[in-house]
Amino acid sequence: MKKVYPREEYCTGCGLCQVHCVTAHSPYKSNIVKAYKKTFPRPLPRVIVEEQRPVSFALQCRHCEDAPCIKACITGAMHRDQATGAVINDESRCVGCWTCILVCPYGAVARDERGKKVASKCDLCSGIHEVPACVAGCPNGALEYRAETESEA
Amino acid sequence: MFFMAILKSFLTPGFLIERNKERCIQCLVCVRQCANEVHYYDDEEGEVYSDEMKCVNCQRCVAMCPTRALAVRRTTNELRENANWTPEVIRSIYIQAETGGVLLTGMGNDRPYPVYWDHMLLNASQVTNPSIDPLREPMECKTLLGRKPASLVFENGRLKGKLPPQLELDVPVMFSAMSFGSISLNAIKSLALAARQEGTFFNTGEGGLHKDLYQYGDNCIVQVASGRFGVHVDYLEAGAAIEIKIGQGAKPGIGGHLPGEKVGKEISETRMIPQGTDALSPAPHHDIYSIEDLRQLIFSLKEATGYRKPVGVKIAAVHNVAAIASGIARAGADYIAIDGYRGGTGAAPLRIRDNVGIPVEFALAAVDTRLREEGIRNEVSLVVAGSIRNSADVVKAVALGADAVYIASAALLALGCHMCQKCYTGKCNWGIATQDPYLTRRLNPELGSQRAANLLRAWKHEIQEMLGGMGLNALESLRGNRLMLRGIGLTEKELKILGIKAAGE
Repeated sequence: MKKVYPREEYCTGCGLCQVHCVTAHSPYKSNIVKAYKKTFPRPLPRVIVEEQRPVSFALQCRHCEDAPCIKACITGAMHRDQATGAVINDESRCVGCWTCILVCPYGAVARDERGKKVASKCDLCSGIHEVPACVAGCPNGALEYRAETESEA
Repeated sequence: MFFMAILKSFLTPGFLIERNKERCIQCLVCVRQCANEVHYYDDEEGEVYSDEMKCVNCQRCVAMCPTRALAVRRTTNELRENANWTPEVIRSIYIQAETGGVLLTGMGNDRPYPVYWDHMLLNASQVTNPSIDPLREPMECKTLLGRKPASLVFENGRLKGKLPPQLELDVPVMFSAMSFGSISLNAIKSLALAARQEGTFFNTGEGGLHKDLYQYGDNCIVQVASGRFGVHVDYLEAGAAIEIKIGQGAKPGIGGHLPGEKVGKEISETRMIPQGTDALSPAPHHDIYSIEDLRQLIFSLKEATGYRKPVGVKIAAVHNVAAIASGIARAGADYIAIDGYRGGTGAAPLRIRDNVGIPVEFALAAVDTRLREEGIRNEVSLVVAGSIRNSADVVKAVALGADAVYIASAALLALGCHMCQKCYTGKCNWGIATQDPYLTRRLNPELGSQRAANLLRAWKHEIQEMLGGMGLNALESLRGNRLMLRGIGLTEKELKILGIKAAGE
């Protein structure tokens, strides 16, 4: 399946991937200002920019083949989308027990306690766009949306 | 941090940063992207503020702001108007009164001297001679740089003997010398990739050739400058041509100084100097005090590379440039690069940059005329540099007598430079004129090379259109064809030096 791969050598740590992620997960998908100022609670960015200068990279769910979060989920909210293969959290079923956070080997799931307590994670923009918003919004080609290469498979 | 130093300095902010609060979403992209630390987030207020004192107007924050909430403007604070004591003059004095140092600057001369390219107009065909459509008919832009024989001798339909070594360019535009040190490795990689893609050359500058760049050697001119940094036989062999740098348009008569803090592991290895030491290029080559000495170096380099590579000499355009160029041609150079007073630099003393040298338009015309008069124009190719801004400048330069041009400022603009002229600080927010690993990653060579290559391709299209309009189907037919130029708003003397007629003549 296609995933988002960070290219650490070109990540500038600007955080625009997060801005575009928040916008894509708000009701105002083409208006950043409204997405930030008129959405309550504002969605959390599902991509995390890790930085220890000079190195930085954008971290997000790896959509593991054998996903520990799916196995650990007590309600079945965390599931694999059969069409895309992406690991998705059904927030209506999520009870915010944080077990997925505990088992995620990448630290790619975050707590969202702004409204109902839910686990917040990358959904690859639910396949709405051809390319996830973070990839489209990266100004320096530091995020790639592609299938796994042979070496990584 | 905001108001502390005010009474210690008479300087006031040069720019005004306008933040549209209705649009600012406090995403902090501007805070993270400014190496000058202009923008900062106030936790207590929950707002981003800006300290304009540190702003250099590089436009990075403006370009990166996702909601277009930012604008950098000229400051609204105005000194009492004075046509003689302008704000720049006064600020310079304040800075020198505080520092006691030479004023430094980057990029090219920004003073409002006349731009002679803009005082020349091109011809086009009408009725009596047909213009050519380059989209339908072949249009040759190929250029060969190097010494041409006075006559060709053929035997059995084939050329007898060998031509001197030539550089073959698909477009008459090359990337000018910029060293690894003055610009980042990613910037050089961008230019190297673009040069290879478009069939032209980049130039190492005086900083040697990084090991990653040897693979681009066929599209590389290696420079030998007064500091001899990174010069060894593999380096000379790696390039397609060798260039002896005598001078630079931005700072004629001045050497170079790469501060030790920029000399990290990679630069140290490439330049063959210890890490952390200043890289000082002497003002003159200490083994060149005459044309005869220059001839010795030219032939030493030719000897070292088996006479297989053209050896050029780069000089700054100065008062007696025609006589100097004649000497260089006679010293055995295959091409002469002339860098005008608007040429850029990573760092130069401000007063030198703004006051030394002459316009490259005059230098080119004078050199071409002189070499023709002496009957040695064929012995040497001419490359001009020093603010070639667009394809029209290229065409005019070729019509004035240039074989090709060098671009550097234009190339860096293509990579993202916004001409803030602060290259010497090492804090280039666009990842170009810096060695800080946090900043150099901002220039992705895959994207940068495409932009630089696009620029070359765009100019080539435009050059072909202009040639076609003049009824020419090869750049060679325009070379030195000054009848294709007319002067506008020039004095008799200027027209005479340029060797062109006035518009209407």
